[in-house]
Parts: sequence; structure tokens; C-alpha cells
Amino acid sequence: MASSLLSLASASPSASLSSHGISKGKLNLGNASLCFNKEKTNPFIKTKSFGRISMVITSNVSRFEGITMAPPDPILGVSEAFKADNHELKLNLGVGAYRTEELQPYVLNVVKKADKLLLERGENREYLPIEGLAAFNKVTAELLFGADNPVIKQQRVATVQGLSGTGSLRLAAALIERYFPGAKVLISSPTWGNHKNIFNDARVPWSEYRYYDPKTVGLDFEGMIADIKAASEGSFILLHGCAHNPTGIDPTPEQWGIIADVIQEKNHIPFFDIAYQGFASGSLDTDAASVRMFVARGMEVIAAQSYSKNLGLYAERIGAINVVCSSPDAASRVKSQLKRIARPMYSNPPVHGARIVANVVGDPALFKEWNVEMEMMAGRIKNVRQKLFDGLSSKDKSGKDWSFVLKQIGMFSFTGLNKAQCDNMTNKWHVYMTKDGRISLAGLSLAKCEYLADAIIDSYHNVG
Amino acid sequence: MMIMWRYLRRGMSTSTRVRALRRSWWDHVTPAPKDPINAVTEAFLADPCPYKINLGVGAYRDDDGKPVVLQCVREAEGKIAATNFLESTCAAISSKLVEESAKLVYGEDSDVIKEGRFAGVQALSGTGACRLFAEFQRRFYPDSRIYMPDPTWSNHHNIWRDAQVPIRTFHYYHPDSKGLNFVALMDDVKNAPNGSFFLLHPCAHNPTGVDPSDEQWQEISSLFKVKNHFPFFDMAYQGFASGDLERDARAIRIFLDDGHLIGCAQSFAKNMALYGHRVGCLSLLCDDKIQAVAIKSQLQQIASTIYGSPPIHGMLAVSKILSDPDIKAIWLKEVKDMATRVQRMRATLKEALEKLGSPLNWQPITNQVGMFCFSGLTPDEVDRLAKEFHVYMTYDGRISMAGVTTKNVDYLASAIHEVTAFDQDGKILHTVCA
Repeated sequence: MASSLLSLASASPSASLSSHGISKGKLNLGNASLCFNKEKTNPFIKTKSFGRISMVITSNVSRFEGITMAPPDPILGVSEAFKADNHELKLNLGVGAYRTEELQPYVLNVVKKADKLLLERGENREYLPIEGLAAFNKVTAELLFGADNPVIKQQRVATVQGLSGTGSLRLAAALIERYFPGAKVLISSPTWGNHKNIFNDARVPWSEYRYYDPKTVGLDFEGMIADIKAASEGSFILLHGCAHNPTGIDPTPEQWGIIADVIQEKNHIPFFDIAYQGFASGSLDTDAASVRMFVARGMEVIAAQSYSKNLGLYAERIGAINVVCSSPDAASRVKSQLKRIARPMYSNPPVHGARIVANVVGDPALFKEWNVEMEMMAGRIKNVRQKLFDGLSSKDKSGKDWSFVLKQIGMFSFTGLNKAQCDNMTNKWHVYMTKDGRISLAGLSLAKCEYLADAIIDSYHNVG
Repeated sequence: MMIMWRYLRRGMSTSTRVRALRRSWWDHVTPAPKDPINAVTEAFLADPCPYKINLGVGAYRDDDGKPVVLQCVREAEGKIAATNFLESTCAAISSKLVEESAKLVYGEDSDVIKEGRFAGVQALSGTGACRLFAEFQRRFYPDSRIYMPDPTWSNHHNIWRDAQVPIRTFHYYHPDSKGLNFVALMDDVKNAPNGSFFLLHPCAHNPTGVDPSDEQWQEISSLFKVKNHFPFFDMAYQGFASGDLERDARAIRIFLDDGHLIGCAQSFAKNMALYGHRVGCLSLLCDDKIQAVAIKSQLQQIASTIYGSPPIHGMLAVSKILSDPDIKAIWLKEVKDMATRVQRMRATLKEALEKLGSPLNWQPITNQVGMFCFSGLTPDEVDRLAKEFHVYMTYDGRISMAGVTTKNVDYLASAIHEVTAFDQDGKILHTVCA
């Protein structure tokens, strides 16, 4: 699209341009303001129709004139609204960042220790290889698949350090786009909001499989299986390894088995997003069971990991993408292509978070300590679930079954509240949550459970 | 396209008795070509020779050939509080970093800074900043191309290609003079369709080390105005060209004075020796604050699907260094020291080659600026240097001067002299060049 100097019929003759007349200090004509009526509508640009081309004489007009504000992030919007609220009983159940019982951010002790170690060592900050820190890649794959897993021993896993879960997912999406053009990714309905954005920007088509059943506030297992079966052969099925975000609803082990069966039948490829290993049950191994089951069946699996939550390393952006292949040769080729994708994105990943994880997971003493801290964090969430459930059951006389609060797992819970009810939660009770009815239990303290129970009961029964 | 494998697997779920239809999904995935720059480092690392020299990657080394941690970085890290922060703090720190970074580019007292007429986001070093811009360019100018200098950093081609923006090159390096091919450059700028996007290196051109003079930059800027081209600067070496950050931003200031609304990718990888922390910035000049906010939101959205938010560790350090006057003063001195050492090595290498009686003209070594020297060595000569002399560089003959030390410069000179003055049988190859 050339911004050629078109006919200046509407401009005065003295403003006509010739390259001879233009030099600094003379007729200082700025850039022409040129916004074209595009035949193809660009969804990002507000199309304006200009009856004529206007010449801006003195100032320079940006060529990004028509760019509109991007839509605000819904989750951050919740936090902002919360901050603006001065009510003393306000409660932020929006963003999924772990908070202590005192509702403070929590830096894990193992992270502090690892940080101190790194500071003492004073290591240089040279570039990591494109695939990331080797020590990190080793421990992250072992953490997910188990150190003794044959796929690791046989070198069949291509592991590349990524920028947390998001970055790792994006690498995988780019790999899919390049090597499986036209193949679809199936994502759960609902799923983490950014999944769709990632696949859209990576130009990978996606569709949804049924997941959440509002009637039971549980899993629509039949719908899920039917939709996975109905997808054309060779689709990528995006699965949350544990602690589904946003619903908190996980398949049972038996259900996982059936999901694996269907995926194998249809020659789909399973694509796990594991952002909460350790946060679901409190046990790192237990939370990896779903992934390990698929791998044990001999399936080729993609798995994205994040250490944002379980090591509290949100801001360091540390995660990994793993591709379990049927042979070491395939793993090597896939790894080389993942690197090729990463190089023009950011060249090589940031070093600090990788070193922390490598130190924590790779050191037996620190790893043990981490397990304990993990149990503590997951334990706190289980406790608030219990207290919330107790509050709801005892206060609500309607006989409604609130047990889904206990059945759901991980940081989030889908309350089953609709938008109007969520608004009531916020407007009347100063409880901030996302409009899909999701609450983050990581932001709930035992002290506030009763209050929350009151708010939920009121919203559920008294609002439309 | 896909080969289907069929074989029995033990340990299958008995509840289904599904015969494993085994296929490798990845059979059609070929091994990727190695990144040319990293391949040099790999070859170097694999070499057991004790006096090997790595002149591949552009990472600064001190005179002992060791990577450095700058004192300003240590001081900054010492002052940074423990990482007990809310997610919202990251945004505040990021904004501070962007503000300080923009001041380096546009000048503390510039109007665009005072009026906030720029959209800035933190990026994953220079690569990340370029990629964000390339994606942004594609989104809002889907039919546009990017014009790049020939040659340019190899990854520039990967970046815009992966962002699906077609690439054209413009003349830049003159192999005969080992200098700038200014006439051809201006021709290419003139002949490009009006309103084209151009990638420019404002200082310390990578890989050639050849920079336009101030006068030449002025002419380029004026022609850009006539043609209404969009100038996008990739500034990865501010401070490394002359040793003075302000001086190295001269090209950008010239364009700024001419009223261009430029874009700029910045990297702190080299000038703060923070390579592995991936700290950089992307800024776009705007009409006004309102537009700046809109553009920033779009850039953040693009970033949100590539990596979410940038890593905090490096961000904290850079932000501290730039905003604390005492630490910043230390930094400025350290940048000057690094640049000066490289300049000294240039002079030393040239002298050493001349002393050896090399008939070739090595003036370009000291004419060229920044970390890199385009030696004019051929791929065969580069190969010989690696195999026979354990001296490693990229095949285009690019030498990272940062890898040259007082201890290895004489050996390097002899090695270069050997491969250029004689062929493998010892016959004199080259005649005197002007």
C-alpha cells in the first residue's frame, strides 16, 4: 500500500510538491495525511472515508492515525475496579495470583533461597542458547513426565524453554501452523481467555468442545466426548492437565482414560496446558497423572508448562514446551524447528527464572522444601473451599447442592452465577470476580468465607 | 504426507482394546538449518584448542576474553528490594523503564518526551522489539513491505519473514571500498514506492560496522521526507559506536528534527551486558498522547499472545540504572570503557597486520565502527581460519572485535595474514589494493 502523492485537486496550487522544492528550512510540508478507504476491511482500523486528501502543512501526521484502542483485558479490569473501591469489606477474587491468608503476595522460601544463591554466585548474563538453559530443560521435563519415564531415557522429548505458559503455547501454535496448516485446535468451552487470542494471532483455526455444564456446575462429559469424536481426524485437542481454568472442573482418572481412547481412535493429538502442576492436589506427581497416562500409552503429546503459579514466578516468565515424539530423531528435528520459531520471536529466553527453577527443582533439599510449600499453598485453598462450602450449606436453607465447591479443584471455581448475579456480587457486596462466574480461591481468606457465602447466597437467590 | 505406522503396544488400556494406530506426527519435520551465528559459537565450544578465538557472536568480552558483569548492574541489583511485589507493580516499573529508555533515544529534553507523544512498550531485547513492530506493521499495513540494508543482521530477515511481511533490500555496503555505497542507497530510497517502511541501523551497523556520516544521514532524512517513507531504527549498540550515548543517537535526532515520526527498537543486551535478561524497548512516535495510548494498547495486545508480559528481573535492573543518577554515571563510564577497548583493538589489529607486511588495505578496520568489522574475508578464508587456526567467525567475514584481546591480537593478525597473503601452498595470492 503505497502512500503515493495522489491528485491534490483540493489543495492550493502553491502546496504542490516537487522534490526540488523540498529541503529543510524551505517549504516545510509535513507528511500527507493519507488514510485510504480500504476495500478489505481491516478489523483493527476504524475506517474513515475521506472525500479528499488533506495536506497537513506544518505538523507531521502519523501514518497510524486510524488505530483504535485495543479492548481492555477483562481480568485486569476487575483488579482495577477493585483498587478503585474504598469499601472496607471489598474482596478481590479476580486474578489468579496466589495470596496468603493475610491476602498478601507470597514469595516462596525456596525461591528466596535460590535467588540468594544466584546473587552470591554472581553469574554472568550471557545469552542462553535459543532452546534455553539446559539444566532447566532437563529438570522441567523430569518434573512433568517423571525422571524415570522411558520417553526421557530414550530422548524422545523435545523440550524448549519458553516464556511461561503463554510463550510456550505460542511456540507450539506456531509449530502447528507451520507443519499442520489447516489443522484445528479444539479448546474447551470455556477456557482461559488468552488461548483463543494465541491461536488467532498464530493463525491456527480453533473450535470448541463442550466442557462446562451449567446445570450440574460440573463436567459435560458426554458433550466433550461427542465433540472430540466429531472433530476431523488429526485435530489437536487442548486439554488442561489439572485444575481447569476457569472452571476448576477436572475429569476423573476414568474419564481421562476414555478421553485418551477417543483421541487415539480419531488420531487426534493431545495438547496439554499444565499451568498448575502441584496446585490442584498439592502433589506435583499426582497433578501430572493425566499427562503421564497419555504418554504411557505411547501417544505423541504436546505439553506446555508454566512456573508462574506453582513457584510464584509470574513475573520472571518461565515455562517450557515439550513435544513427546515416537523417536529421538523426530524429537531432535522438532526441537530444531521450535528453535527456528523462537529465534525471530525473541532470539533466546530470559535467564533468571530458568536458573531459579533449575536450582529449586534440581537440588534435592530445595525440591523437598518446595513440595512442602506446594502442599501448604494447595492446602490453604482446600481449606477455604471447605470453609466456603460449610458456610454455603449451613446458611442456605433452599437445599441447593453446593458440593461442587469441594469437587472443583485448583485456584478457580465456577460458581454458576450468571452475569446479573455477578454484578450483584460486585455492586452490593463489593466482591470482585470475572463476569463468567469465576472466583479465584487464591484470593480468599478463611476470615472472609462467611461473608462470601452470604454474598453468593444472596446473589443466587435474589437476583434474576 | 504422513507415514502411518502400525504396531502393537504393550500396556494399552484393556477397557478399549484399541489397536494402537501408531504414526509419528513429525515425520515431515525436517531438521532446521542452524542459526549461522550460533553455529559459530557451537563450533568454537567444540574445539579443544587452548588458543582458539571466538569472533562470532557480538557479546562483549574484557581484555581477558571473559564476559563481564557491569558494576552498574551489580549496584542496581544490590539496591533492588526483594521480589515481593504485586503484579500491578510490574506495570509501573515497566512504564518507568519505557520512559527512561525513550529519553535515551529521543533526548531528555525533546518535545516528544515532554509531551508524551510516543507509544512505548518494554520488549524482549532488540529481537522482541523488532518482532513486535513487524507484527504491528503487518496488522495495520497488511500490504506493506520492509526495506532492509544489504547486508543486515541475519535475524532481521527471519523476523519480518515470520511476521509475514515481504522483504526488499537496499544497497548499503560497498565491497570494493568496504564502506558505504551512498549513491546506490539514495537511489534505492528514491525508487522505492512512496510511504515504504525502511529498517535502518542508527549506529554501529551490524554486520559491516559502516555508518553513514552526519551529512549523509541528513540527506537520507530529507529524501525520506520527500518520499514519505517510514523510518524504523534498530538501535542495538547505542554507546558502542563512539562511546557516547548521545552521539550514537545522532542519526535518530536528525530524523527527529526533520519531523519524522519514527519507530525505534532498543536493546540493552550489549550496552548493559544484560544479554540473557532480554531487556529492550519499542517506541513509536505519535501525533499526540491519545494516539500514543491507543497504539500502546495494540502493542501490548500483540505481546500478550507471544509472551504475555516481559520478564521482570532485567527490567528492574535497567530501570534502576537509568533512573538513579549515581548508578547511571557509572554506566556511562563503563559503556565508554567498553567502546574504547574495542576501538583500541581495532587500531592494534590494523597495526599488527601492517607490521606483518600484509599487502591488503586494512584501513576499514579502523574506519568501521562498533562491535563488528567486515573483514572482506571470503568463506574459504573463514573456513581455513577455523580449521587451521581455530579462529571462528561467521561466513560473511564478520569479526566481532569484542572478542579480540591484547593477548590474542597478534595471533589473530598472523592467522588473517596467513590466509589472505598466501594460499595453502604458500603462494602469494593478493596484490596490493588501493
